[in-house]
Formats: sequence, structure tokens, C-alpha cells
Amino acid sequence: MSTAPRLTALDALHRSLGATMTDFAGWDMPLRYTSERDEHNAVRTKAGLFDLSHMGEITVTGPQAVDLLDYALVGNISTVGNGRARYTMICQEDGGILDDLIVYRLGETEYMVVANASNAQIVLDALVARAEGFDAEVRDDRDAYALIAVQGPESPGILKSITDADLDGLKYYAGLPGTVAGVPALIARTGYTGEDGFELFLKPEHAEGVWKALTEAGEGVGLIPCGLSCRDTLRLEAGMPLYGHELTTALTPFDAGLGRVVKFEKPGDFVGRKALEAAAERAETAPPRKLVGLIAEGRRVPRAGFQVVTGGEVVGEITSGAPSPTLGKPIAIAYVDAAHAAPGTAGVGVDIRGTHEPYEVVALPFYKRQK
Amino acid sequence: MSNPQQLRYSKEHEWLTDAVDGVATVGITEHAANALGDIVYVQLPEVGNTVTAGEECGELESTKSVSELYSPVTGEVVEANQDVVDDPSLVNSAPFEGGWLFKVRLADEPKDLLSADEYTAFTAG
Repeated sequence: MSTAPRLTALDALHRSLGATMTDFAGWDMPLRYTSERDEHNAVRTKAGLFDLSHMGEITVTGPQAVDLLDYALVGNISTVGNGRARYTMICQEDGGILDDLIVYRLGETEYMVVANASNAQIVLDALVARAEGFDAEVRDDRDAYALIAVQGPESPGILKSITDADLDGLKYYAGLPGTVAGVPALIARTGYTGEDGFELFLKPEHAEGVWKALTEAGEGVGLIPCGLSCRDTLRLEAGMPLYGHELTTALTPFDAGLGRVVKFEKPGDFVGRKALEAAAERAETAPPRKLVGLIAEGRRVPRAGFQVVTGGEVVGEITSGAPSPTLGKPIAIAYVDAAHAAPGTAGVGVDIRGTHEPYEVVALPFYKRQK
Repeated sequence: MSNPQQLRYSKEHEWLTDAVDGVATVGITEHAANALGDIVYVQLPEVGNTVTAGEECGELESTKSVSELYSPVTGEVVEANQDVVDDPSLVNSAPFEGGWLFKVRLADEPKDLLSADEYTAFTAG
């Protein structure tokens, strides 16, 4: 494995903006530009601009592209209309989650699978292996795209001013090809922030021009560049899982409370079906642990791996935690024994370096956008 | 960023004023505050407790991480800054002023505290 971090097409621009950079899944990515709290609040109230070029794009084409995806993934990809997108997962034969994905249908027989940076190679290898016997081609397009996201309530107005695309006709979880700042882009109404927003898949050589055009278009309405630190607190408030935290190969989608992404009703076999049927049954009858939200009564921040306790007994584990700028309190997502997982359960706390800090058990998400 | 000339500095990124009536003020540097990011929780040593040079005496928690606070000198804590406990963002916005952390009655201090210029060179490297 190479030790030199990979750089996105916007690397020089991030440095000129004074970004604090961090290693993320082998990529050198902006962690924050100024204050992560200000960046978070900008996305909630105005707009934020993100470089997400580390995400892994894999294109699947051919007469049997959809059959391959229905076999390789847990979702019912045949029901995804042209120009629409679907949140789904790829599982192991034993039902364990390999990654969570968004699949965009770009044409009659063309799909783009977007994987997490940390799992892109694993997903690519799995799709290639699972493609055997299908009349379909799996193509590694990780280097073919830069990905820029503009997120927040002002994002439709900002993007509208520099594109000819019909954004009003573009629904949540839909994508269409268009022109942004004079260059071609796939414009998707998706995101990972809990706000309205867009993700723009572009040729890397066009990334800098589009970033600058968006910055200019958003200048008067409070758009600022945003790093991965606030992306994490935004998705945490929105109750969205992050691979490696809420999702791992040791868990099935049913364990993670996301059994709805598994579509048993679809025709034909798919990788993991048998194990997932058993997992669904188990989740229905005797769930071991449930994914819940925790809100701190104090100010100390729970971190991934900290234990959830009640009456001196360990009843769960934190998977993600951070100070929530919107709630003004520390929040966490945790797997908690079913007996203690109901919202409002009394006496639940988190062991923070030896001190039992009281926490309130709540249903996810912590934050939902008013539409 | 510039480090005030009248302060002395530790390699753990604390600053220290000259003692007035035997009492010196301690804080963390702007360099440290910037590296931590938005600070959301500060735990300071309690008044009356003795802190020891180079030893942990509290913690600073930011969005992304927890860092131990080390005392640059040895002595008794005579005051803790309640303002930064109530509003930890003061450490980011005014690390050398309103974001000071605690005051200590000096009993002993290490020989290797740095001048402003030495600390600036230390953090540039």
C-alpha cells in the first residue's frame, strides 16, 4: 500500500484557503477551513461547499447491468427509474455489511455506484467477482470524477444561478446531466447533511472552475467552504449511519435498524439472502441491541467505543459522538441492549473516562429539516 | 499568528506570565487552540490543588478529540477561569487573554521554558 496520501483536484485550492487537512481513507482531505461549528451552522441555515472527491464511483453498464446489481446488492435496483437514485447496501454471504451505497441510474443500462472511500476497493472487487456470468461491465471510475457538494437551504438558489438544469423538477434522490458553470456535470439532489442540497459529479479538470463559480454565486447568501469535521456532525444530527461506526461487517442491515433497505420481494437470488432472512427474523423476535440516540445532560463528549452503562452494568457502546451545534449539547449514536433502548429509559449513562455521565435515550434522528 | 513576547512557553503548548506577588497565569497557545479546533469542554484543576510541571492537570475537549492539559510549572492553584468553563470558545477566540485557564502560586518551574521566539521556532519546525 502506498503511503503518500491521494490528493483531490481541489488540493491546491484548499491550501490557498488555509484548510486544516486530515488523512481520510488514504486521501488528504479538508478537515475544516476555520471553525467547524461555524461551518456546521452555515449548512443548517445558509449553505456550505464540500469537496467529496474521495468518494468511490463505480460504473456498471451492459444489457444485464440491472440484473447484476439486483444480485450483488440488497436493494431492488430494477425499480429505480432512469434519472433516480437509491440508498442501498452491499452485504457478504453471511449478511454482514460490506458498505452502504448510493446507486444512480444514469441511462437505460447504465448505473453509477458510489461507495465510501474506505470501502471503494472492496466494493469494486465484490462487484467484479459477482459480475461473473452476467452480460455487464464493471468499471473503476474513481479517477474519472471529482465530487463537489453544495448543501443547505440556500443551495438551490446558488446552483440555479450557474446552471441551465431544471432544479425545480429535480426531486430528492434524483440526478440528471446538465451544465454547471459552462461544463458538463451529473447533478444529483443527494447529500449527507440532513439539508436540501446537491452533489455534482464532474471531470476533475473542471472541479476548480465549478468550485470558484459556486463560491462566487454563494457569496451574498453566506455560502462558506466546509470540511469533513462538520460533515460528520451534520450527518450525526441527521441520524445517518457512517460505515466503520454504525455499520460494519459484523452487523447486518437489520442489526443497524436499516432492514428496510433489504428487499426480499425482488425476484431471483441475491448475495446474503439466506443469512439476511434469518437476521430479519431475529430482529423481529429477539433483537440483541438497538441503535438509539443519546443526548447528554452534561457537557462532556461521548466518543466511539465508550461504554453505555446503567446501574454499574454495561448495556451498550457508543458508535459516534460529538458536540451538537444545533442542540448545543453532546450527542451520540449507540448500540444499546433492547431492554434499555426505549426512548425515555431512565438511568442510562455513558462512562466517560471513569465518570458515569447521565444521558437521555431518544429516537433518531436528533434533527429533522422543516420542509 | 504571533506569540506575545512577555510570556514564556512550554513544549506542551502552554504559556505562562511572569509571577506577580508569586502568582503566574497559565493558558494554552493560539497554535494549540487552532490545532484542537472548536473547544467545547474545559476541565481545569481545582483551586487549592497542587499542580506539577509536566503533569496532567485537566482536559480540553474539542469537536474531534480530547487533549490533556499539562501544567507548565509546579505550585498551588489559586484561581480557575470560570469564564472559559462557561464558554470554552474563549480559548479559541482569545487564547492569550480572556481564554486564560488558571493561576498558580509558583513553587518551582522547569529550566527549559521557551521564550516567544524560541516557541515560534519550535512550532514552525
